[in-house]
Formats: sequence, C-alpha cells, structure tokens
Amino acid sequence: MANQTQLSRLDTQAHPPYLHAPYASTLKRAPQQPLIPLPHTLSELTGPVYGDGSVSALDSDLSRNAVRNGEPIGERIIVTGHVYDDAGRPVRNALIELWQANACGRYIHKLDQHPAPIDPNFTGAGRTLTNALGEYTFVTIKPGAYPWKNHYNAWRPAHIHFSLFGANIMQRLVTQMYFPGDPLLALDPIYNSTPDARARERMISAYDHSVTSPEWALGYRFDIVVCGAKQTPFE
Amino acid sequence: MACFNKAGEMKQTPSQTVGPFFYDALIADGRQISPVMAAAGARGQRMIFTGCVKDGDGAPVPDAMIEVWQADAAGIYAHPADPRHADADPALSGFGRSDTRAGGHFKFETIKPGSVQDQAPHLTVRVFSRGMLLHANTRVYFDDEPSNTRDPVLSLVPAMRRETLIAKRLPTAAILTYVLDIVLQGGGETVFFTP
Repeated sequence: MANQTQLSRLDTQAHPPYLHAPYASTLKRAPQQPLIPLPHTLSELTGPVYGDGSVSALDSDLSRNAVRNGEPIGERIIVTGHVYDDAGRPVRNALIELWQANACGRYIHKLDQHPAPIDPNFTGAGRTLTNALGEYTFVTIKPGAYPWKNHYNAWRPAHIHFSLFGANIMQRLVTQMYFPGDPLLALDPIYNSTPDARARERMISAYDHSVTSPEWALGYRFDIVVCGAKQTPFE
Repeated sequence: MACFNKAGEMKQTPSQTVGPFFYDALIADGRQISPVMAAAGARGQRMIFTGCVKDGDGAPVPDAMIEVWQADAAGIYAHPADPRHADADPALSGFGRSDTRAGGHFKFETIKPGSVQDQAPHLTVRVFSRGMLLHANTRVYFDDEPSNTRDPVLSLVPAMRRETLIAKRLPTAAILTYVLDIVLQGGGETVFFTP
C-alpha cells in the first residue's frame, strides 16, 4: 500500500456533524459508530475524470435549457467562481451538477407538491465544468425560498445545490449556495448545522457587480474549496 | 471569495445534504453517470452489486443515492494517478451512481474489479441522502476473495465489524451477483471511513 502521496483530509471544524437534532431526519440516518481513518491508497488518489465532452452550452444555462413555450419567470442571474483545493490550487475540469427550485420556491420533482406554481419553462437542473483556471460559470433564475416540514413554519433559505467532482474521489463534495442578506439563514437548521460561523459564511455567495450584465442578469460570485489536496511527500 | 489564510491554506466549504430533489439533475436518463458501469466488450467478469440502504430503525431508505468507484478487471484505475492508466479498460467507466427508489435497493451492473496494489478487490462507495449533512464513505469487498485477510484497510476495521463490508456472493444467480446492505445506523451499522 506504500504510496508516498497523501491527501489533505476533511477539516471536521469546517463541516457539519452527521447528527444535528434540529434537522430531524438526521436522527435515524446519522452513523453512530466511530469512523475508521482511511489511509490514502490509489483508490483514494483516483476518481472519475470529466472534460469538455461532459457538458454542453445549454447544460450550463438553466434559464434556457428547459424552455418549451416562453421564458422562465424570475430574475435571471449569472453565478461564477473558482473551485480550489485547500492548498489553494485551482481544480480544473471539475464537473459541477446543479439543481434548485424555481423563482416561486417550487421544485419540478413530483415529491414537491406545496402550493407554489410550476414554471413550464424551468426544471432547475444543469451542469457546468471548471476551466483551466478552475473557474466555472452558469446562468439560472434566482430560486425562491421553499417550505418544508422539519418544524412548524419551516422555510429553507433560497439555495442552489452543487455536487462537485474534483481531481480525485476524496475531493467529492455536495453543498448548497445561499444568497447574501437572506433573513431565513438565521432560522435554517441545515445551514446552522455547521458550528463554525466563518465556515457557514463560506456557503453564502457574494453579489458581484462586475459580473452583472447590463439589462440582462445580476451577478453572484461563489468560490468552493474542497479537501483532498495532494500533500508534498515528506523527504 | 476564497483566500489564503496565514498558514497558506484555504478553508474548506462545508458539506450540506443532497436533499430529496436531486433526481432531475443527478439521476436523469441518458446521462453518462448511471448504475450501468460496463459497456459491451468490457474485459473481465460481469457482475451485479446490489443491496438495500437502511436507517436506524432498520427501515429502507428510498431517497438515498449511492456512488461506486472502482478499478477494472486488471486493477487499473482510469485516472492519471494510476501509473498504468493508459491501459485502463475503455469500456468500463469505473464510476456508477444509483438511486434507491426501489424500496431502498440499489443495483449496479459492472465488472468485478481486480486487486489494486496489495489490496483485496474492492469498491469505493459513497452514500448521500436527505438527513445526511455529509456523505458517508465506505468500501465493499467480496466474500470469495481469500486476499481479504491480508487487506491493509480491512485490517484497520475491528474484527467483529468487518462483515459489514463484505458482500456475499449469491450462489444461484445467472450473472455473478454480490449482495450487501448499507446500514446507516443501529444494529449491524456499516463501517464508515473518515470522509
């Protein structure tokens, strides 16, 4: 198994625990036994590889990729940012899969039956890929807040789901991007499950006027930092 | 904006749950990522890996997502970190993903992986679901592999918990089939590794 390359580990201070009682469905789904430290073998240093063929132009424009008979309703936004590993190296060709509710806070999936309108021209699913500089961009409609049954009068803050593949399988991350100034953040058990306040803030995008496109779309910036950076072997 | 701290590191972005509505993005038909991992002509022994995801009450979890990463039949990963990657089987994606809508069950169609370095043949598995704020990492081994007793990662697992990682071969199946449930919590909880 001797393999000199090691990867940086998940920073447990930066992430939520498995069990967080205010988020009710963790009660039966959080592992309770101690986690076994996993050595980094070739199985951990590798992972699926993606590239230009993995994403089409329409995949990364959620405001157009499900259009049937008109434009989706809501505020068009551009979201851009970098994916880095925690040594600060850009992660190139990182596949990012995206999903979200529509502007009314309604998900297209039939499991969501709450009384907000479906948009016939929006499914809220897409993909993008980081370039040679680790940078990604996509266009979408700003999602609305979404009610859920975790507790009385529970609403998820507006969010976009991100699922990322990085340079190896240990860089795999699923997270959610939130919007600045959202009053629902303070009330959300999922957002607040991460105990460290600065870590929580890293999930909030920043309004970026330099990304905003005149008369077309507001711009938000969201950088993502994954673990699994290759460590320099000790000599 | 991500920036370096004084130690020259960047701080990690927290994980969040995959939630209940990932299907249209992650499980959509016709995508290159699916539970069918081997195309026609893939080298080695065709195999099915199947099982049920269960929660702390022993109830099936029908809204989970399972991902599998593996080497090909020769133990080669299709990734540049593998020195032999140029010879990786092009008909095997090595990566698969399944939902568990069928009563908590998943079913992967793939090729039995070969040994990697000094390790016994295994699958690298990740579990995601509503109610999981962070995904869970595990491995799956095969009960007909004598090299399991020498596997360096299995040796780190307390002996009485090792069976939660070892899939059982179904004696009567037409296609080589291995079965293992993934138990998130409670009696028979699957061994999970640090993510």
